[in-house]
Amino acid sequence: MNWRRMWIVAQTDLKQLIQARDYWIPMAALGAMFFLIVPAILLLTITQIGDVEMVSQISKTLKVLPQAAQAQIQGSDPAGRTAYALAVFLFAPVAVVVPLTISTAVGASTIVGERERGTGEFLAHSPATAREIYFGKLAASLIPGYFTTIVGFGAYSLLVNLVVGPSVGGWFFPTPNWWLMVLWVIPPFLAITLSIVLRLSAKVKSTAAASQASGLVSLPVIMIAYSQSTGALFGGLIVGAIIGAVAWTIAALSLSRGFRSVTRARLLGVANEV
Amino acid sequence: MDLTVHLDAVSHRFGEVQALDELCFSAPTAKITVLLGPNGAGKTTTIRAITGAIAPLHGTVRTFGLDPAPESNNVRIRCGVVSAKPALYDRLSGHDNLLYSAQLYEVDPDVTEARIIECATRFGIQDALEHQVGGYSTGMKTRLALSRSLLHDPDLLLFDEPTSGLDPESSQAVLDLIRELTNEGKTVVMCTHLLSEAEGLADHVVIMESGRSLVEGESEALMKKFWPTPTFRIAATVPDQLDRLVHLPGVLGINRLEDAQVFVDHLGRIPALVAHLAADGVQITRVEPHEPTLEDLYFAARTGAGLLDNPLHPHSATQFQPGGSEVATHPTTTVGANS
Repeated sequence: MNWRRMWIVAQTDLKQLIQARDYWIPMAALGAMFFLIVPAILLLTITQIGDVEMVSQISKTLKVLPQAAQAQIQGSDPAGRTAYALAVFLFAPVAVVVPLTISTAVGASTIVGERERGTGEFLAHSPATAREIYFGKLAASLIPGYFTTIVGFGAYSLLVNLVVGPSVGGWFFPTPNWWLMVLWVIPPFLAITLSIVLRLSAKVKSTAAASQASGLVSLPVIMIAYSQSTGALFGGLIVGAIIGAVAWTIAALSLSRGFRSVTRARLLGVANEV
Repeated sequence: MDLTVHLDAVSHRFGEVQALDELCFSAPTAKITVLLGPNGAGKTTTIRAITGAIAPLHGTVRTFGLDPAPESNNVRIRCGVVSAKPALYDRLSGHDNLLYSAQLYEVDPDVTEARIIECATRFGIQDALEHQVGGYSTGMKTRLALSRSLLHDPDLLLFDEPTSGLDPESSQAVLDLIRELTNEGKTVVMCTHLLSEAEGLADHVVIMESGRSLVEGESEALMKKFWPTPTFRIAATVPDQLDRLVHLPGVLGINRLEDAQVFVDHLGRIPALVAHLAADGVQITRVEPHEPTLEDLYFAARTGAGLLDNPLHPHSATQFQPGGSEVATHPTTTVGANS
C-alpha cells in the first residue's frame, strides 16, 4: 500500500470537511455541549451554588460505585467529593460518545457520497488502490472525531480543574485512567465503528440510507463503548488496558476485512449489489 | 500499426443488462478513435474497461499491451480520463481539484504548481482556479476536468462526451485541443453520440450498438469500403430524360426516382456528363456530387439504410450493371466489422 497516496485521499476529504460549515458547526456544538456546557452547569451547581439537597442525593448514589472507584474519590467535604466523582466518572463516557457520533456522521457519507457526486468515477480511474481509498477514507472519518475528543478533553480538563480543583486540594485532572481511556480505549472503538460504517457506506445506495443504517448499527457499538469505558475507569488501569487490548484486536480484524467493501464497481455505482 | 488499446470479444453484464457483448476494437497510437453510438451502446463501460475500473466478465482487454486488471497501476497512471459528468469536488477550489489529481497520479511535486497553471491556461480556466468549483458553470467544470486529465502528461486520453454542456465556441475549442493532443503523440479514445463533432475529427471510428461494434476502421477506409462507387444526384425538368445517362461513358449505373442517383467511375466525369445531357436538350435543374459522411456511415451501420441506396454495393438491395440492366439480390441490413 502507498501510504502517501492514502494520506492524500484523507487530506482531500478533510479539506472538503473544513469547507463544509453546515457539517462542522453542529459537530463543534455537540462537542461543546458534552465537554463544556453540561459539565460546567452541573459542576458549578454543586461546587458554587451549594445546593445541599442535591449534593446529598448525589452523594448517596456514589455509594453504589465499586470500592476501587470509591477509594479514588478525593475531597474533604460532600460537595467536593460529589463534584470529583461526577467529573471523573459520570462524564467519562461522554468522551466516547462524542467522537463516535462525529466520526459516524463523516464516515456514513464518505464512500456513497463519492458515488452520488460522481467523483467516484474519478477515483475509480485513478491509480489509487481500493485499499488506499478505504484507509484514506477511514483516516478522514476518524480524525475529526478524535480531534474533537482531544480538544474537548483539553477543555474539559481545564474546566474540571478550575471548578472542582479548589474543592479537592488543587488540579487533579486528567487522572491516569482518563489518559488510558483517551489514548488507548477510545481509538479502537472508533476504528471498530468506522469499519462497520464504511462498509455500509460502500454498500448502500444513498447518503440518506447510509446515515440511517449507520446510526442504527453504530448505536450498539456506542453503548458497548460507553459501558466498557466506564468499566475501564471504575476498574483501574489493568482493566482499562485489557479492554483496550481486546478492542484493538477486534478493530484490527474488522479493518483487515473492511477494505474489501470498497471496490471500483461500487465507486462507479455499477456493482450488482449496490 | 501500433495499437494502444485492443479489446477482443469483451463482454460484461450489470445484472440483467448486457453492457458489452463480444466487443472488439482497437485504438491506434497517436490517433483519435471515436466510439459512436446511441445512449446505452456501452461506450462508457468500454472506457471503464480500458482503465480497468471494471473487470469484464469475458474477453481480453489490452491497454499499452497490458492487462489492466492485474497491471492496474501501470495502466491507470498513463491514462487521463474525462467522464461524462466532470466528477469534480464542488467544495474544493479548482486548484485543489487539480492538486488532488496531480498528487494521486504522482506528478513530481517540484513541477506540480507549474503543471497546474500550464494545463489550466491551456483550457482558459486559470483565472478561476482559486474559486470553489461549486460556483463554476458547466463549461468551466468541463474545462477543469479536461485540464485535470492532462496534468500527469498521460499517453492515453479517454474522453466520455467531452463537449457535453459546452457552447458551440467552447466545443470547437475543445475539439481543436483534442486534435492538438494527437499531434503531440497522444492517443485519444473519445465517446460521443454527436455525429457533427466526430466528423472531421475521427481518424478511427467504432460504431457501437447494444455493446457490440457494428463497424470499425479508419474513417476514410470505411467510406471507401461502404461507398466504393462515387455517386452524384442529378435532377431534370423531365426526369425520364435522365435514363440516357446509363449509356454514357463512365456511368456504372443509375438509381432513379424523381431525380437520379448516378454511379460513376470517378466524380471527374460529372462536367462531361452534364454537358452531354445539356447538348441533348435535357434541362438540368440540380447536380449534387455525393461525399459520404460519418453520418451516412453511422446510419448505414445501424440501419443499413445508406447501403440500400447504393446499388453497386455487394449488400445492396438492387444492383445495376453498367448499361442499365437490373439484378435483384437479397436485401441485408447487417453490416459486420469485417464485411
